[in-house]
Amino acid sequence: MEHVQALYSAALRMTRNPADAEDLVQETFLRAFRAYGSFEEGTNLKAWLYRILTNAFINKYRSAQRRPTQTDVEDIDALFLYRHLHRLPPSAAGKSAEDEVLDSMTDSEVKEALESLPESFRLAVLLADVEGFSYKEIAEITGVPIGTVMSRIHRGRKALQKALLDFAVRSGWVHEGQGGRPGDGAAAGAVTAGVDRGGR
Amino acid sequence: MKEGRGPGGEEPVGNRAAPGAGSVPLHADCSETVARLYFFLDGALTEEKREAIARHLDECRPCLEAFDFEAELRRIIASRCRDEIPEGLRGRILAALEQERAIGPAERMAVDPGLPSSPFEQGAL
Repeated sequence: MEHVQALYSAALRMTRNPADAEDLVQETFLRAFRAYGSFEEGTNLKAWLYRILTNAFINKYRSAQRRPTQTDVEDIDALFLYRHLHRLPPSAAGKSAEDEVLDSMTDSEVKEALESLPESFRLAVLLADVEGFSYKEIAEITGVPIGTVMSRIHRGRKALQKALLDFAVRSGWVHEGQGGRPGDGAAAGAVTAGVDRGGR
Repeated sequence: MKEGRGPGGEEPVGNRAAPGAGSVPLHADCSETVARLYFFLDGALTEEKREAIARHLDECRPCLEAFDFEAELRRIIASRCRDEIPEGLRGRILAALEQERAIGPAERMAVDPGLPSSPFEQGAL
């Protein structure tokens, strides 16, 4: 039963709505059932199911939600979040601030941050970092060239770090404008404005 | 990841500055190492490049700490994004598949009589 739970979680990140996620998972199993003749023995069943899930999501939901990718991650590097948290003083217990912040992140905060990403980034990060698929597998699942997949994963991770820093600011771990160069705080603020808490 | 031996003399120990941060470049290889961070953690580097990064991490504690943070961040992201399946979802899926099976078994068998039993019957669901 492991695949149902993983697929449901992924569907929930994609649709951001429990009822839609349930429909999407059911649709995925129906399509998989019908297409089973095209499933080649020895290929990765999990990746095959995710390809069907992703296609079903794109066909059913994306057209209505599609919007240009506006998240600006050009100015930040791979260590965006680390650099911000690393400046903070360690706790009294001697634990580093970055470890404190990581440990304090709740399920809903991480989910919210991931769901705030533009769709193409969200799918790429979900498949890479939550589901653990390789670049090549994600290229096959999404039908996107591998170079584009890599770019989306890398940019998506940076956008996710911005969203997580915003969480750290809201939770009081980091004060806006604390340390760093001018502009970093503004970047975190911009993420706040882009977070979609609603679902549909 | 291995424990760092600390910076090999070029860098002050205990420097809280993140690798590559600030106006003084910490180490000639730091920016290159950070640029390849994601590829390294994704296991997507050639063996030669992977080893070069690993050697740098052995010698550069700030980079090692940063890499450890990123690896931990990924574990956190993956572990925080699991949801319980809503009650009844499995049952609804099985019912829908049962209905589907009732509609078209003949067509399915006609496509390939030698079709192995589906993964759904093998417990994949």
